[in-house]
Amino acid sequence: MALSVVKNLARSLAVLLVVTFATFTLMFGNGPGIAQAVLGLNARPEDVQREVVALGLDQPLLVQYWHWLSGAVTGNLGESFYTGQSVTEALSSRVPVTLALVVITLVLTVVLSVLLGVTAAVKGGWVDRLLQFVSVLGTAVPAFIVAIVLVFTFAVAWRMFPATGYVTPELSISGWVKSVTLPVVALLVGAVASAAAQFRTAVLDTLGRDYVRTLRARGISERHVIFRHVLRNSAGPGLTVLSLTTLGLLGGAVFIEQVFALPGMGQLANQSAQVNDVPMVMGTVLVTIVIVLVVNFLGDLTTILLNPKARTR
Amino acid sequence: MTVDPAASPSTRRRVFRRLLRSPQGALCLAWLALIVLVAATSPWLAPSGPTVADLDAANAPPLTPGHLLGGDSAGRDILSRLMWGSRQTVLACVIVLAVSIAVGVASGLVAGFYRGRFEGAAGFVSDVVMSLPGIVLLIALYALTGPNIPAAMAVFGLLIAPTYYRLVRNVVLGVRNELYVDAARVAGLSDLRIVGRHVLWAVRAPVIIQSSFVLAAGIGIEAGVSFLGLGDPAGASWGIVLQNSFNGIYNNRWAVVWPALVISVTILALVLLGNALSDVLQSSARSRTLSPRRRRAAQEAAQPGDAAGESIPVGSSDDVVLSVRGLRIAYPAAGGEVREVVHGVDLDVRRGEIHGLVGESGSGKSQIAFATLGILPREALIFGGSVLLDGDDLLADPAKMRAARGRRIAYVPQEPMSNLDPSFTIGKQLMYGLRAVTRLDSRQARGRVVELLTRVGISDPERVMRLYPHEISGGMAQRVLICGAVAADPDVIVADEPTTALDVTVQAEVLELLRELSRERGLAMILVTHNLGVVADLCDVVSVMKDGDIVERAEVDDLFRSPREAYTKELLSSSRSVELMEI
Repeated sequence: MALSVVKNLARSLAVLLVVTFATFTLMFGNGPGIAQAVLGLNARPEDVQREVVALGLDQPLLVQYWHWLSGAVTGNLGESFYTGQSVTEALSSRVPVTLALVVITLVLTVVLSVLLGVTAAVKGGWVDRLLQFVSVLGTAVPAFIVAIVLVFTFAVAWRMFPATGYVTPELSISGWVKSVTLPVVALLVGAVASAAAQFRTAVLDTLGRDYVRTLRARGISERHVIFRHVLRNSAGPGLTVLSLTTLGLLGGAVFIEQVFALPGMGQLANQSAQVNDVPMVMGTVLVTIVIVLVVNFLGDLTTILLNPKARTR
Repeated sequence: MTVDPAASPSTRRRVFRRLLRSPQGALCLAWLALIVLVAATSPWLAPSGPTVADLDAANAPPLTPGHLLGGDSAGRDILSRLMWGSRQTVLACVIVLAVSIAVGVASGLVAGFYRGRFEGAAGFVSDVVMSLPGIVLLIALYALTGPNIPAAMAVFGLLIAPTYYRLVRNVVLGVRNELYVDAARVAGLSDLRIVGRHVLWAVRAPVIIQSSFVLAAGIGIEAGVSFLGLGDPAGASWGIVLQNSFNGIYNNRWAVVWPALVISVTILALVLLGNALSDVLQSSARSRTLSPRRRRAAQEAAQPGDAAGESIPVGSSDDVVLSVRGLRIAYPAAGGEVREVVHGVDLDVRRGEIHGLVGESGSGKSQIAFATLGILPREALIFGGSVLLDGDDLLADPAKMRAARGRRIAYVPQEPMSNLDPSFTIGKQLMYGLRAVTRLDSRQARGRVVELLTRVGISDPERVMRLYPHEISGGMAQRVLICGAVAADPDVIVADEPTTALDVTVQAEVLELLRELSRERGLAMILVTHNLGVVADLCDVVSVMKDGDIVERAEVDDLFRSPREAYTKELLSSSRSVELMEI
């Protein structure tokens, strides 16, 4: 087991290096272009040349990447090309907003999708068909459209919630709850729809196993068969679903932050990309990938812990 | 999911016609065709240009003359902008599809057909790409290219290509080893022609279905990226129209409805089309369980006493413990029909008797076994009959069935390894089962399980109880399952091919164990098997099944000495020739 954990870690690290290097190469590849964008289109060529040197964009890409990487290890991701603000500092105020959004949604998704997925699989019949239909709808409509529908209904027409803006929890807990309610619901719809459908499939698969029939034949009550044995054996595939859901939520959060004007990581990435602030963009890419890798690693680890075959090996 | 390589163009037309006949498929296709048509004709049909501003129409409500859907904050006609925007949507679709299919299908074909190092590398790349948050990369890309939707869509095509890669590779791996590819190899066709003719054909249906979903995702991303402000602000696209309208939602709230509706409906049309396509192309995907109404209808339709005509007389006797009368079982089949697989079977088992139920696979013998335990699959229909345990009808009363199952009638399955829950230790699952049917506390249950495990021939029960199913052998697993069956001291055991999956030496030991248990506890046993050797060795009475009917019933010696039915003779002689071959 220790071996597979080490293997997993090594793999995550390799992916991290490969992806950051590829992104870095793309983003920093065109030094004069970046300098031109920073100075504006009317900047004179000699000023652009000076800016290229000042920003360190004249060095070989590998050297630049090495600088960035060794800085990143110590928590220094460079400074914004525009404001001079430290990227780490900017991220440290942005990441908690996005993470709170994603984690709250994820917890609710787990509860709701397990409930709905198990109900659909076990009950069958019209309950199952209704849930399948709703889940197709929920999965198909993009999160930002759901968000706009929510704003239209609850903020503009009924004025129950603020349409946009963010209140930090330090300032007011109730204000914070109000400001994240609609964003969380907007993310939740799609996440639950797709996770419940996948969880239903996992439960149906387990229900069809030989040992479930044998457990029933042994006189064990249906409740115990479902809650002790079927749920336990569907947990593995369920975890995979959650890893994918987290990935989807991180992507969806970018749109949701735009709709509700939340000062999260996605908004930072979007705003920085529009002004060509590459160190900032690079920082958000790094943090996002690290989050994804951590989630996948934890998912794999839990899968190993849950599976006696992998655990006892 | 194999596709017949000899399918002709006419089957293609048929698939298309079936798609049109389903309301879902026809509606989706109609909407998508409309979008494409509008995209092609908007330069002529759109009421105005995409950026023509009419200040009088600023924030005009819907149904304003000349502006059917109203105007945006700059006075541009929303309907026209949506019509022009459909051009960008269609363009985005073409780019996403071209890039993702070119990369994903090609690499999937190569990886599936040649395997080796390429497959390893492609698998790693596809895993990595699948685990990346695509939208963040698309935003990063914007810093590089500026507002450039086609470039963004091409990158999205690359990011989504792994879904095709995985799909195609898996299909090709399946097809690769199938007979017709082997035959083509033997016939000396070149790899390229094999790929072209056979593999591409097999891959076609899943790729078409997948494309529908990929396009849905592509449209969502195109609209989303434009909505984020990463598109060309001067151009018209659905996402930009949505963004403009959303920014002015307090001035003209209806303006957000149209772009949101167009985007959602188009994505939904593609998703539903994908589902309709997979129903038409892969009909096996749907569950066959009938709705309660259809179940009742089927059962009523089956009632008029057409139960199997000539039933074999069953010897009546006082010590019959389990008796089956007129049992009829059916399953939903393709095309909404219902197929009966057991046609009114009678069966009597006396106390202490080992009753063999023999026949070919598919003759319905396992179905009878499951029915006596009330563990038929959910889609099964019981058309009639009764299962009487000491005179009580278990089929008529689910509560009685529940009370009998595991306590008075127990089950020994065929495949020992797949019948133990892989997530629990042997000890845990045996104790759960035992405590479900007795009032023992956990210490007593443990003691009883140890005792029973010793009885079924496991020498170190304490150690085995701590093991997981994958850590024990098949023979030991079958002993554990037999232990689970006899735990509650039942009157009848239903054993479904209990030795088929075991090694020959272990088979003999397990049969001996069953014989001993039957003798010492006065257990009646229904032994389902296709192995006449087992029958001769163990059974007292034999019922021979064929196509859902019992065709002959006899004491075991009589049956082997003088079989009456032609089918029984045939079965006996074929089994002898198999035995000869095995020697």
